Amino acid sequence: MTLDLLRFTTAGSVDDGKSTLIGRLLYDSKQVFEDQLEHVAQASARRGGSGVLDLALLTDGLRAEREQGITIDVAYRYFATARRRFIIADCPGHQQYTRNMVTGASTADLAVILLDARKGVLEQSKRHAFISALLGIPHLVVAVNKMDLVEYSRERFEELVAEFAGFAAKLGDRAKIVYIPISALEGDNVVERSPRMEWYEEQPLLEFLEEVEVAYDHPYDKQARFPVQWVIRPAGGAGESSDYRGYAGQLASGALRVGEEVVALPSGLRTRIAAIDTFEGELEEAQAPMSVTLRLEDELDVSRGELICRVEQEPTVSRELQADVCWLNERPLRAGGRYVIKHTTRGATAIVDELQDVVDVHTLERASAPEQLALNDIGRVRLRTSTPLAFDPYRANRRTGSFILIDEATNETVGAGMVGAARD
Amino acid sequence: MYGGSSGVIVSVAERPQLSHLRALESEAIHVMREVAAELERPVLLFSGGKDSIVLLRLAEKAFRPAPFPFPLMHVDTGHNFPEVIEFRDRRVAELGEQLIVASVQESIDNGRAVEETGPRASRNRLQTVTLLDAIAQHGFDAAFGGARRDEERARAKERIMSFRDDFGQWDPKNQRPELWNLYNGRIRKGENVRVFPLSNWTELDVWEYISQEQLEVPSIYFAHEREVFSRDGMLYAWREGVELIDGEQVSSEMVRYRTVGDMSCTGGVRSQAATLEEVVVEIAATRITERGETRADDRVSEAAMEDRKKAGYF
Repeated sequence: MTLDLLRFTTAGSVDDGKSTLIGRLLYDSKQVFEDQLEHVAQASARRGGSGVLDLALLTDGLRAEREQGITIDVAYRYFATARRRFIIADCPGHQQYTRNMVTGASTADLAVILLDARKGVLEQSKRHAFISALLGIPHLVVAVNKMDLVEYSRERFEELVAEFAGFAAKLGDRAKIVYIPISALEGDNVVERSPRMEWYEEQPLLEFLEEVEVAYDHPYDKQARFPVQWVIRPAGGAGESSDYRGYAGQLASGALRVGEEVVALPSGLRTRIAAIDTFEGELEEAQAPMSVTLRLEDELDVSRGELICRVEQEPTVSRELQADVCWLNERPLRAGGRYVIKHTTRGATAIVDELQDVVDVHTLERASAPEQLALNDIGRVRLRTSTPLAFDPYRANRRTGSFILIDEATNETVGAGMVGAARD
Repeated sequence: MYGGSSGVIVSVAERPQLSHLRALESEAIHVMREVAAELERPVLLFSGGKDSIVLLRLAEKAFRPAPFPFPLMHVDTGHNFPEVIEFRDRRVAELGEQLIVASVQESIDNGRAVEETGPRASRNRLQTVTLLDAIAQHGFDAAFGGARRDEERARAKERIMSFRDDFGQWDPKNQRPELWNLYNGRIRKGENVRVFPLSNWTELDVWEYISQEQLEVPSIYFAHEREVFSRDGMLYAWREGVELIDGEQVSSEMVRYRTVGDMSCTGGVRSQAATLEEVVVEIAATRITERGETRADDRVSEAAMEDRKKAGYF
């Protein structure tokens, strides 16, 4: 069984055909409406097109972007086939590339990485692959685009696959990688198998996207994690529900059942699940990513920010952690810096004890003890927090292993963090 | 090993597939609870339209059996469809929640806003004045709205939790990065956030959800006979006081509305869809976007929505 919703990300610049590919997916899956098409036809004509619809214009965004011919920010696009709904986080390749790619990748189940068949594996594609792997995206699709411009050459395709695979070997073996030769412009292997590349016998892109499994398809593979968001307590009074006390939240991973012995962290209070409430009625079991309300057998002082999990399946609870941080702000991160940290539903203050290294996203080499992390830099840091956090390594759990850093003075979101391991 | 042997209650494990509507619903409930927890004084904008009807159901799912931790507010242009106002008041009474009505007419009467004139006059732009005044007057720091990213190009780029400065302005070039499901609700006094729990829903999702939940919607969403006149390719409701332009004729047509807005700028579509199921079928087959088909306010320029959002509109 597969979830009938897939979130994927794309990244790239104007000329590698990313917008054309998205336009093609929308157009060929018949998600383009007549008034949008009319807009594209007019814009194509205005910009001196030769009467051919420029599908890339379907993803046209803000006026400032049209004026400057660039994409400023992540745009979200929606399309559906008979088998699945899709949400695309469409990330620009230029300015603030890392910041945008990290944002788009953080919620994605899959990344489509575009290569230009003529140009080979460019830096931007490597960067996108690295960020996708770092952000724990389980599936990478390497779409070798513009096959029409290399005479649909199998040899060229295999050359690029070998080159990319050589680079990908350095990323670790987490993500599953699939390679598909396409022409977004001509539509080859996007929705239909291309008759011009009969040597390619696998699925076309859309079919693969329709069938690929996503993380929530296997809720039992992960331990249960339930961050408490909100305590539901109807005001006392005449109402019969005045002694009701429910812990509302979204299951970050795994499943919980009525009767199970659970512990709330970091307080360490133990109890059993008395009931799992939803608006529709009680459930025997809840699974990620459902939003539910738990009632507990004992009256405990559990509040927002506590994490409920099964006993014997507890995450690390610590005030110290090591993490990879993507820096998103012009003002750099330095040792000694003080930030607000938001992790699951818990807020705390974090102090940066040490900058351990910074990654060169071209070579994937890490340089140790940098002075600072500047905008778009990715590096490993050690943090200390004002209250204990209950976390898992990001590799094991994207929800309980991620956090953001917020500047106390400006309230801007300045860093995206992925927990490595607790400090020894 | 998690087989549902308990008998009484059906185990979710027997249906491991979570439908996309349930996934979107859960995401939206999570957003609402985060805002309730992190902001001091939220408000939910309820217009009586289909998207805000879905927001009310999501609020029930997020906060019951307690009352909502925020009031509801309607920015009333004074030119709303009477069926919608009647529905609005009935729904609020059923829920037992508090409704604040912010009136564009009052903004005009006390000189805060100036009425447009001429046959194409609309109070659409004036709503922004009333909205910003009401937010300031009540000290709201967060406002839930039913906007969706599939509606319009500028909205496709907006965050789920969208930061506005103390002028209510949206700055598309300087949005806070939004990572995972970790929302940053920290603001200074006078600033606010607009929150869009339905960001990732499409129009079809909204109708399928309304159908799944069997939610009541105002009667104007279903095909009915109405006196209309055609202008710029759209069918507008005729009512007392509307100035017709040369050659425009009032005729009776079977229409329904895809969006509920100000009568002066919201067009109807010819339709025979009389039930929720028929509406879902019609939306699934339609070849025109909802704002393109029914909203004159977006036709002003290529970037009409972008401009209004920068000025503080939803």
